[in-house]
Amino acid sequence: MARRVGICAVAQTTYQRDKWHERFQGMALEVLEPLLEKTGLDFSEEQGIGMSISVSDDVFDARTISDNAMTDVLGAHMRCEEKVAQEGIQALYYGLAAIQSGHVDVVLVLGHCKESQGKSRNMVTHLAFDPFYTRPVGLDFTAAAGMQAQAYAAASDVTDDHLAEVVARAGRMARMNPATPETAVYSREEVLASPMLADPIRAHHAYPVSDGAVGMILAAEDRARDICAHPVWITGVGNCMDSFFLGDRDLTSNFALKKAAARAYRRAGIDTPRDTFDVIEISDQYAYQQPMWMEGLGLVDEGRGGAWIAGGGPDAMKVNRSGGMLAGNPLLLGGLVRAAEVSLQLMGQAGDRQVADARRGLAHGVMGPAGQFHAVAILERD
Amino acid sequence: MKKNRNVGIIGVGQSVYSSHREEVNQPEMINEAVVEALESAGLTIDDVDCIVHGNMELFEMVHQPDLWHTLGTGALGKESLRVTTGGTTGATLVAAADHLVASGLHDVVLAIGFEKLQEGHTTGGITNMADPLWGRQLQTGALTGMTAAQMIEEFGEERAKKVAMKYRILMDQHAMKNHKAHRRLGLSPDQADELMENSPQLVGELRMIHMCSQSDGACAMVFASEEKATALCDQPAWIKDHVTAHREEMFCIFGDAPVLSTHRYAARKLYQRCGITNPREEIDLFEMYDPSSWWGSDWLREFLLLEGDEHLKMIENDEIAMDGAFPVNPSGGVIASNPIGATAMVRVAEAALQIMGRAGEHQVPKTVNQALASGFGGTMWTVLTLLTRQVPW
Amino acid sequence: MPSDFDTSDCYTIPGKLALPYTYFAGRVGSRFITTLRDRHKIMGVRCDHCDMVLVPPRQTCERCLRDLSDQWCEVGTRGEVVNYTVVRYPDRHQPRPVPFVLAMIRLEGADTPIVHLLEEIAPEQVVIGMAVEAVFAVKTTATIRDIDHFKPCDS
Ligand SMILES: [Zn+2]
Repeated sequence: MARRVGICAVAQTTYQRDKWHERFQGMALEVLEPLLEKTGLDFSEEQGIGMSISVSDDVFDARTISDNAMTDVLGAHMRCEEKVAQEGIQALYYGLAAIQSGHVDVVLVLGHCKESQGKSRNMVTHLAFDPFYTRPVGLDFTAAAGMQAQAYAAASDVTDDHLAEVVARAGRMARMNPATPETAVYSREEVLASPMLADPIRAHHAYPVSDGAVGMILAAEDRARDICAHPVWITGVGNCMDSFFLGDRDLTSNFALKKAAARAYRRAGIDTPRDTFDVIEISDQYAYQQPMWMEGLGLVDEGRGGAWIAGGGPDAMKVNRSGGMLAGNPLLLGGLVRAAEVSLQLMGQAGDRQVADARRGLAHGVMGPAGQFHAVAILERD
Repeated sequence: MKKNRNVGIIGVGQSVYSSHREEVNQPEMINEAVVEALESAGLTIDDVDCIVHGNMELFEMVHQPDLWHTLGTGALGKESLRVTTGGTTGATLVAAADHLVASGLHDVVLAIGFEKLQEGHTTGGITNMADPLWGRQLQTGALTGMTAAQMIEEFGEERAKKVAMKYRILMDQHAMKNHKAHRRLGLSPDQADELMENSPQLVGELRMIHMCSQSDGACAMVFASEEKATALCDQPAWIKDHVTAHREEMFCIFGDAPVLSTHRYAARKLYQRCGITNPREEIDLFEMYDPSSWWGSDWLREFLLLEGDEHLKMIENDEIAMDGAFPVNPSGGVIASNPIGATAMVRVAEAALQIMGRAGEHQVPKTVNQALASGFGGTMWTVLTLLTRQVPW
Repeated sequence: MPSDFDTSDCYTIPGKLALPYTYFAGRVGSRFITTLRDRHKIMGVRCDHCDMVLVPPRQTCERCLRDLSDQWCEVGTRGEVVNYTVVRYPDRHQPRPVPFVLAMIRLEGADTPIVHLLEEIAPEQVVIGMAVEAVFAVKTTATIRDIDHFKPCDS
């Protein structure tokens, strides 16, 4: 049995529409400095950070090998520096593996993205499509989500009113989160009156463009207990890839999410996921995804997301107390920000949005058109 | 370091490396390597738990290409991880696969490095590496004549140029035995003088003939836990250790070359961790990421912790030839084939094939008990991987 | 960043990623495109192992990794709308001025629907299950846009 891995410290910038005055290296430094301060770590060969894993994306950054620009911040002088070019929560997966393999004891994870740098986030995600069959018709992640939302609306009890409540609640939650100072707070009526973006997704259903960075320190069990009083243990991880072509999938089946969740639950030794988690953070890039992903995680009855919302399920189950993706953070970092938020909750450092005595939480990330790739992490404290 | 469990390489697959792969699209080219790797491991895709994928996005301008490439990788329904670190990507993919298996998360992992440079604009892509404020105007792709100038200064023009050309011709002779290699020119030693004069100059004494190719290709490798590897494979290539040493982006912007190279630093660290005191004796073969024959010649000194002109003698004495005492790049190396996201993985793959005794025509004529592979990228980054014939931990 | 950070001396550098790319369609993709262009036929591939007719065609079955490159079968130029969205945000990568309808259309004989433009109908009138047919482009571009769009038809 491999050794346990703990999250020892978490730091993040605010997530804002346009940090035009700051380079992405500067955002990352804003995360690195508090992490070093909180943990007392450095990059020394003996006891320091043994591996830095950054999360970024060459296309969003418009930089080939975007981590090359980050080496100073990542302490890469003669050190191990690697980049996860995938949904940010995968840096947790990779850091966990590197520590459990025995190769390294302390890992820095640092994700950053300036979505504001590009003219259009949709133009970036358009480039995820193949050049022959799907780019020529103009697909991007928003249009793909529109089709999934349409299919989910038909297959579930979720209505436009339910989704308006999801968005309104996200704004209310974001108000309690100092990391999301700019998040708009909409009333349900305002959401319902907002224009369609990609039917049935309305303009207010979509997560805002934002800039920001997030990081954490991971350590092997014995080191983790030295570094901090209450490490948050990564007890389960799981992810899964679905088919590429939208037409090859059943868009409402939650195929990849179900598998990702089952893997994470199995590794965490969880047989009955319901009523197991004190706090849940899921990447709801569009409002329909909050109930849909909750169903995929096996935490809400299939096709009954609407009733769950109407019955106050999100509050009762402490879902996205941070405001979630709808409150805004870069696409690439969704799952990593979720994991950071769950960690803050389990560390008792979540301020006004703190869930009393939270001991076990779930963080979720998603990437690709209509949820082609999902990843789940289970975090726990002693 | 106490490794949680041993990891063995049990399968290697490579597409043909070429400047012209018009007959396949990206997932199809990847699939060639995947199919061969699975066949070589005696597995089907159902036996694989996780797919690790890497390349440079701006070389083909596909965002998160593992999504599309699922059509060829076999990732459907499986776990996956995407890691990229520039030129070292392929070596980082090996490190990632090693971690994923050694940690106990997975028993069988398939790692895939690929690039289809023909589809994009490589030098333009590399130039986009540079900082838009500080470096973009100065960047000239991956070309630099600095090493040639330094070697000429240190060892004299005639000797330095002869060594670099001898290295080049030896590598081509190796590539001639590797039917997957991209550039197989059939050079002979008596062409050296002519090439030193007439090959077009790129930067200073870095000539076209010295420089690596720009290739399309994919490499895939199957990694398995000790239990599975032993059951599935007569002779796995075991992963003993790997060391990554990167460095900051702007270390030489003001003209000073680094005093201590990441190559030497990584080598020292690796040898220390693995108890190697005399690398030339204890390591049987070295597969180096050699972007040009100047760098290949020069870097031998760094990787083997040599001083003076020992490294030149190794080239002059044919020690690095396939049948020499210390064979270097029996595959033909990077000068012969360079699909960037796969290139560093191909080094480990070749080292593994040599240990497994499956390198075919380019198998070196001795038992390879311990093999070293290097990856190179970024602004002088190094990854070193040490493979063994015996279960290492 | 402290909230009182003085940004008065900060400036930005405009940049543009404009590199040329040439993507190879592969043998399977090329045959699909040329058949579409020259004969106005839509081709799929059949995986006997998975018992599915797959459109767009691909060299390898994603499910079982079998080679399908010579398992060609023709599918209909008519089909059924199984899903759709109305794209209402303008962007430079889009093929049409907004709003336009992107629909998932299952062609006759195919198991997997393709995504394409649905036109000659108001977005509000699109319904799941409606019958549509391909309208071929007058001027060929040797892409999937040699189907210019799909339009409603009698079932
Ligand atoms: Zn099949």
